[in-house]
Amino acid sequence: MLRRRVIPCLDVAGGRVVKGTRFLDLVDAGDPPELAERYAREGADELVFLDITAAPEGRGTLLRIVEQTARRAFVPLTVGGGVRSVEDMRDVLRAGADKVGLNTRAVADPELITRCAARFGSQAVVVAIDARRVSGEARGLPSGYEVVVNGGRDPAGMDAVVWARRAVELGAGELLVTSIDRDGTKTGFDVPLLAAISSVVRVPVIASGGAARPADFVSAIRDGGADAVLAAGVFHRREVSIAEAKAAMAAAGLPVRAVDRAVVV
Amino acid sequence: MTVARVAVVDYGAGNLVSIEQALTAAGALVHRALDASQIADADLLVVPGVGAAAPAMDRLRAAGFVEAIREWIAADRPYLGICLGLQLLFEGSDEDGAETLAVLPGRTVRLAAAPTLPHIGWNQVERRAEHGAFTGIAADADFYFVHSYVGEPGPAAADAILAETEHGTRFTSAVARGNLLGVQFHPERSGADGLRLVANVVALAARTATGSAA
Repeated sequence: MLRRRVIPCLDVAGGRVVKGTRFLDLVDAGDPPELAERYAREGADELVFLDITAAPEGRGTLLRIVEQTARRAFVPLTVGGGVRSVEDMRDVLRAGADKVGLNTRAVADPELITRCAARFGSQAVVVAIDARRVSGEARGLPSGYEVVVNGGRDPAGMDAVVWARRAVELGAGELLVTSIDRDGTKTGFDVPLLAAISSVVRVPVIASGGAARPADFVSAIRDGGADAVLAAGVFHRREVSIAEAKAAMAAAGLPVRAVDRAVVV
Repeated sequence: MTVARVAVVDYGAGNLVSIEQALTAAGALVHRALDASQIADADLLVVPGVGAAAPAMDRLRAAGFVEAIREWIAADRPYLGICLGLQLLFEGSDEDGAETLAVLPGRTVRLAAAPTLPHIGWNQVERRAEHGAFTGIAADADFYFVHSYVGEPGPAAADAILAETEHGTRFTSAVARGNLLGVQFHPERSGADGLRLVANVVALAARTATGSAA
């Protein structure tokens, strides 16, 4: 049976892992390959690196980190941030990533999803959707959730559920759904947002934004229909361990992979 | 024992770092083969890859690999196909209609009954037969999958089914025949059991090389 995944996310800037409420109050949280290896050892089912600067001049540094990580941690790696073209995607995959995340750039140029999927397959294309709740049925947003871009700062004027469906039609093989309202707030995942999206697509949905307690991971999957759960701060601060998250999921009857103690060389 | 020389076929299909590192960790001497002339002296041929069949076949053909891989397998030399490197062994793919290597009877078909598609994540690989590649690995161990299509052996290749996995339907997740091994999952991304499988395959290839030299 397919296991539900627990995925630590590492925000990377200037060759270091940083933490903070998205883009604000950044604090150094360590060396990316070292932290990735630790999470792999502790039972992470996958890892996500998010290049939060996504500046072209920092690209070489990011690719070196990806390669060092791929050589040390034998679990799948997704890299998001800064992928603007099929060539960028190729470089990230060649460095050792298995999937790339597309976000702001895909909103501006939706055909980028199709071009990337045609070259490397849908299974390697994760479309990241940052969404926030809006009041009423404002401005043609029937789901009540709006897509926001540029790290959650700018409204895109698109309905998040409509965009999710379209992204899959264009070739996305997976959706990473982040609630900007919940991100960094430790108030739990936005379960209605997850449910609205997971009920209209067949691709796996990764829940992100707001994880605080092991029970949050359970509800994102059981009630939100997510296939995987992603978190950053609670893992970095060691408030919840991957083993604790998985234990809560297993206790709720969700299939999880047993924590594997020797995934590094 | 001989150090196994391993050629990893490089046809532009994404991440090769992980498989190279897993092979190196297993003690193999690894090189990337950009064309068919670069595989001759290898003890083990590894064909990784993700994505669609037609562009992969185009690139393999352009580098002279299509005939070279057929001859390699016909001579029963050690082969490890991963994901697309397994699917290409069959006669054709429903994904884009491509004709593939046809060294095994059967076709690559869409995982139509899957509850989620692509099939992404860790799932159980349930063995139907014993094989040296799985020495020391539980009979239903978890491995990492990321794909939408699967190679399904035809009736004439039923003997080659080594393991199955369930995702809406039961599909073939590993095949073996002689020194050929194909896996739908990614051992290079499957933690300790994945590394063990890669190490077992390298050891089998080294033994085959020693045997043929003796």
